[in-house]
Amino acid sequence: MELFFSQILDGLSIGSVLLLAATGLAIVFGLMGVINLAHGEFMMLGAYVTYVVQSAFKPMGGVIFELYFPVSLVLSFIVTALIGVLLERTLIRQLYGRPLETLLATWGVSLILIQLIRSISTAMMLGIIVGVVVGFLLSKVLAAKFSDKPFFTYLNGLGWAISIGIGLIAVNLFDQIRPLSKAWFGPRNIDVTAPKWLQGSWGMIGGIELPGLRIFIILLSALLLLATYWFLNKSVWGLRIRSVTQNRQMSNCLGIPTDRVDSITFGIGSGLAGVAGCAITLLGSVGPNLGAAYIVSCFMVIVLGGVGNLLGTVLASLLLGIIQSVIGSGTILTVFPNLPEAAKGVIEFFATTSMSLVLVFIFIIVFLQFRPNGMFPQKGRSVDA
Amino acid sequence: MKIFQRLVPWILLAIALFILPAALDDFRLNLFGRYFALSITALAIDLIWGYTGLLSLGQGIFFALGGYAVAMNLMLNTKSLAGGNGIPKFFENYGVDQLPFFWQPFWSPVFTLIAMWVIPAAVAGLVGWLIFRNRIKGVYFSIITQAALMVFFHFFNGQQKLFDGTNGLKTSTTELFGQLVGSPDMQVWFYRLTVVLLPLAFLVCRYFTSGRFGDALIAIRDDETRLRFAGFNPVPFKTIVFLVAGALCGISGALYTVQSGIVSPQYMSISFSIEMVIWVAVGGRGTLVGPIIGATLVNYLRSLVSEALPDAWLFVQGALFIFVVVLMPDGIYGWLTNGGFRTFLAAFGIAKKSNTYPQLEKEVVPVD
Repeated sequence: MELFFSQILDGLSIGSVLLLAATGLAIVFGLMGVINLAHGEFMMLGAYVTYVVQSAFKPMGGVIFELYFPVSLVLSFIVTALIGVLLERTLIRQLYGRPLETLLATWGVSLILIQLIRSISTAMMLGIIVGVVVGFLLSKVLAAKFSDKPFFTYLNGLGWAISIGIGLIAVNLFDQIRPLSKAWFGPRNIDVTAPKWLQGSWGMIGGIELPGLRIFIILLSALLLLATYWFLNKSVWGLRIRSVTQNRQMSNCLGIPTDRVDSITFGIGSGLAGVAGCAITLLGSVGPNLGAAYIVSCFMVIVLGGVGNLLGTVLASLLLGIIQSVIGSGTILTVFPNLPEAAKGVIEFFATTSMSLVLVFIFIIVFLQFRPNGMFPQKGRSVDA
Repeated sequence: MKIFQRLVPWILLAIALFILPAALDDFRLNLFGRYFALSITALAIDLIWGYTGLLSLGQGIFFALGGYAVAMNLMLNTKSLAGGNGIPKFFENYGVDQLPFFWQPFWSPVFTLIAMWVIPAAVAGLVGWLIFRNRIKGVYFSIITQAALMVFFHFFNGQQKLFDGTNGLKTSTTELFGQLVGSPDMQVWFYRLTVVLLPLAFLVCRYFTSGRFGDALIAIRDDETRLRFAGFNPVPFKTIVFLVAGALCGISGALYTVQSGIVSPQYMSISFSIEMVIWVAVGGRGTLVGPIIGATLVNYLRSLVSEALPDAWLFVQGALFIFVVVLMPDGIYGWLTNGGFRTFLAAFGIAKKSNTYPQLEKEVVPVD
């Protein structure tokens, strides 16, 4: 029985990682209707921010080093939120009301982010900066001269193409200089060591050891969830976000800056992804492909829980985590050793990590047969529109 | 002019059948064979996405099922690959000494030829029916097909004893009619087969998109609720079209497998299935010529970029996704046929600007 409970605890911690990852997505998808397939890559960025912060704190050593983790939690939120705002302002903004298009465009963004992390070096960074600056200057110059001409759009496109070319040339030039061409992270996985106060056990309850890491992640996800709930339901900006979700045009008429609301919503969703990524570094090494492992599960959590419902997201993620952990480890067999042969065979068949995922996804698809809109469906006329 | 337009497809077919094999070396020809095989998948996706508005992110399932069907048959019928029990050698690595029961029918080539499109079609029909009857649509459909894809991926990936897991089934070393499947001669034949099957797939798609059935599909895409209010049940239409697309993907997967020399769970990875969608988007969705152009062009670009700068392909692909979605939603073929090129020329004053309502254009008073 003790094993069973520790398995449940394990499941809770898997579930709370899912929850951490899914909370941000629940905001972006549930409130804005944007399918952000780059969400997993925002988590990956959060993980890399943590790695950078840790590397920066390493020389200081001692107590200060132990404190790197809270700092990186905050920083990963800020950095990913800023990148999210940038993405919203440039790309997502053009695609509102076309969820399938956001899906494809954000997938493109995620590919670019993955490769960027793999191959970014100082040379590349400088090249990108050169390209962007030249592009902006060029489009300013062109706008001043030809903005009223019918071929301006094409000319502007040509200008950007040229500046991309200049950026590429700059990258190649900078690459010739030795110290600049070294990749920052490379395609390999990176390791973040958890601070000492998180390693080891945090005491025992009823003979079950409480591993500090897992408890910390559970607490962190609960805290973030509460903060999100408070922000959406009690703060002024939360009120604005909800009103824009319900009726964009009316909110606009009443003087709510819908543009800024969109940016803030997307920024917060992305920031939460960054925090999730930061927490995931505690569980093991992370690499550029981190996002792919989480993105499908996250969307399933949201669909299962009911879109736009935080409580549903919580229940769904914890449920999935527990099912995955209990089935995947084959604990049922050790707890109930006297099962009939056939049932035993079935349980053994699914008792690996990948097969438990198969079972979880089948479970979700079957569940949606009975409750197509998830556990807590949205009500109202606007839902089916 | 009209005769010329009629002749164009035949000319293209003749080029693909006779001129390309003479002009290209074996390696390039094989690549083009693969592009054309993938074009069939693109056609299938156009059928369900471009015409019916169902963005499936799980077409990789059917693609890989077709590939596995053909690979299983080839593995069984190759004496040189058989282990002690007369079954493929890889089973020995996992201590399996009896052929799993579902491998048995694949001894027969006739069964395989039917199974490689019937099995994907059946799976697609079942999955489609389960989803559609609950009126799950739009992005939820996409997400659930993606989850279904993950089910199949993890299943094939995790079951070493049944499918050799991650390694996949290698077909290039198998034999067909006493010849190595990977040999250049066989590859040329597979290329010809693909070139013949691609127009057939095109005709199948044209059959389904024309007439009343095609109208119903477009009605589902444009306003499903209204179609339902008009007294139609969209579920059979959607299920049938999803099933047909599944069958086409299965055939495409089988053709691709024999030409690439391997089928593995990677064919069911998330990225590959989303990539298929972008072929259609680049070529032009809602047209039947577009997907073929898109699949061939994007994959050709992929070969070129990966050969020159292996690291750059993801950048290019990502940029392609964003570019097509934001700036060119009709794709290349749509841009050409919708007068995009004319507008382009008109902007530079080369072609005459065409106005829909010349009368109105004149009367517009600039607001200052």
